[in-house]
Amino acid sequence: MKRRRTGLAAVAAAAVAFAYLVSRQDWWAAALTRLFPTLTQAVFPSATVADLVTQHLQIVLISSAITLLVGLPLGVWVTRPSGRAFRELVAASVDFGQTFPPVAVLALMMPLLGLGTSPAIVALSLYGLFPVVSNTVAGIEAVSPSVLDAATGMGMGKWRILFTVEFPLAARVIMAGIRTSVIINIGTATVAAATGAGGLGSPIYSGINLQNGAWVLEGAVAAALLAMVADSVLAQVERAVAPTA
Amino acid sequence: MIRLENVMKRYGETTAVRGLSLEVAAGEICVLIGPSGCGKTTTLRMINRLIEPTSGRIVVDGHDVTEQSPELLRRGLGYVIQSVGLFPHLTVADNIVTVPRLLGWDRGRMDARATELLALVGLDPREYADKYPRQLSGGEAQRVGVARALAADPPVLLMDEPFGAVDPLTRERLQAEFARIQRELHKTVVFVTHDVDEAIRLADRIAVMRDGQLQQYDTPEQILDHPANKFVHDFMGADRALKRLGRVRVDAVIRADVPVLSANRTADAIAERAACSESRFVYLVDADHRLEGWFDCRALANGASPESAITTVDWREVAVRPDTSLKEALSRMLGLGFRSISVVDGTGVLLGIVGLADIEETMTDSDAHIASVPGGLGGAGEAEA
Repeated sequence: MKRRRTGLAAVAAAAVAFAYLVSRQDWWAAALTRLFPTLTQAVFPSATVADLVTQHLQIVLISSAITLLVGLPLGVWVTRPSGRAFRELVAASVDFGQTFPPVAVLALMMPLLGLGTSPAIVALSLYGLFPVVSNTVAGIEAVSPSVLDAATGMGMGKWRILFTVEFPLAARVIMAGIRTSVIINIGTATVAAATGAGGLGSPIYSGINLQNGAWVLEGAVAAALLAMVADSVLAQVERAVAPTA
Repeated sequence: MIRLENVMKRYGETTAVRGLSLEVAAGEICVLIGPSGCGKTTTLRMINRLIEPTSGRIVVDGHDVTEQSPELLRRGLGYVIQSVGLFPHLTVADNIVTVPRLLGWDRGRMDARATELLALVGLDPREYADKYPRQLSGGEAQRVGVARALAADPPVLLMDEPFGAVDPLTRERLQAEFARIQRELHKTVVFVTHDVDEAIRLADRIAVMRDGQLQQYDTPEQILDHPANKFVHDFMGADRALKRLGRVRVDAVIRADVPVLSANRTADAIAERAACSESRFVYLVDADHRLEGWFDCRALANGASPESAITTVDWREVAVRPDTSLKEALSRMLGLGFRSISVVDGTGVLLGIVGLADIEETMTDSDAHIASVPGGLGGAGEAEA
């Protein structure tokens, strides 16, 4: 209990420190100017780091929310008698979703959805589906058959078993899948800039086009820090949902 | 209480259970026994509709089981399985009140019930209520499994090899305790096992099955003495006389009038006690009548010193309980190399002894005698207990 509280405090402190660092545009300008003294524009001019991080988080939150809304029910469904026949098909599909490059999804989606955030959100949602679905399936399938037999034999209904037995017992594995999915999403979301969705990909893309290494570094460092903070926050959530494990 | 009418279960080409008709009277233990694949577990699982029969009817307490939803039906039928299936994420107390929770009992009533049931199955509620299943031994987990099945006080218990996964010593203990609980609660029990000794010990009636068909359905005595066919005869085994001892409890043949010596243990006192004793051994007990040892009068008569004639023992190791079966008592005697064995209660108080000759007499006596022995486990003679 005490250790958990210390962990929570550390994570909260890291999140606050990150937010403060992001808000100090002057620090970023000073640091990048010192690293790249030859550049006239060492810091990305179109938007502040704070704005970029906010855009980035929006894209990540929306696409991860869609991933969860689709992935969790999909994972549960293929472990039910009605969906078991589709288990392999679904596994292959989400696997394909992850191996298919997100940039290619963007390119394919653009004619349909145009520019902006929509194609990015579709691409990212598909890309993050794999760990969520596969961990949901793995977590639920790891629940001992004898526990399910006892639960059924004592008169628990299917939904009650799902919510009071299978989910609690699978929580840790499912949560690990969600965590992986979100972290991958934060890194991959930089491609969203390719369709003009903004976010931390913008300075990276512009930097590559204009051969401005400082902008690339600015976007990359901010994205990496964001991923680290998000990972430790989700680790706390993971511990909270499965406290006895 | 439970009636199966011409029940049949088919899986494609194979028939798991065919034309099974069986009636279990209220308060009786019906043991379904047979080799693997004989359909005993399928039969049990059809009673609480975990498996739906292909044809036939199952009636529990006057109602066809298909009258209500499987969920509601199952809440009234206690269910115990070999692998226990406790919920790993819930405490022992929360596991026990699974069905009461489904029935919407309030928290106070559930806590009280969990405490009561832990005590009933021989686990200290203060120690065990807040433990998690992973902290329990196999025997303890199975006790919790039985407590959980009893939680909402269902009239019927369905037990699928409940003591099959624990070591023989624990199994013996669990069987004795289950017999004790059953004497208290008078549940109607359908009990699946492949262990003949377990069936003989616990059953009021045994249903022997083979290839989905009922071979014989009768009391253990009848099945041992008059097997319906060669299969039943062979399945029950050759050592039928020995198996019958599993039906008789120690307290049915106990000799309570044993010579004892409690406080004064001087050499004179021992010699004096030995001189007037008709039996070979005089038992030494403490002030609370707990067994501490014995001394051998014959050795004393042959000139041994009183000190060397005394054997000091720990009652936990050399004594049996009144509810131990004669089969178990005999095997303990042979193991210890004794011709008689002391009988003590749960705290070590000496109740009497059982001799090899007493057991022998039971074995060679007429069948009528065995059937009439009061205290045959779960039998009709329980009234006097």
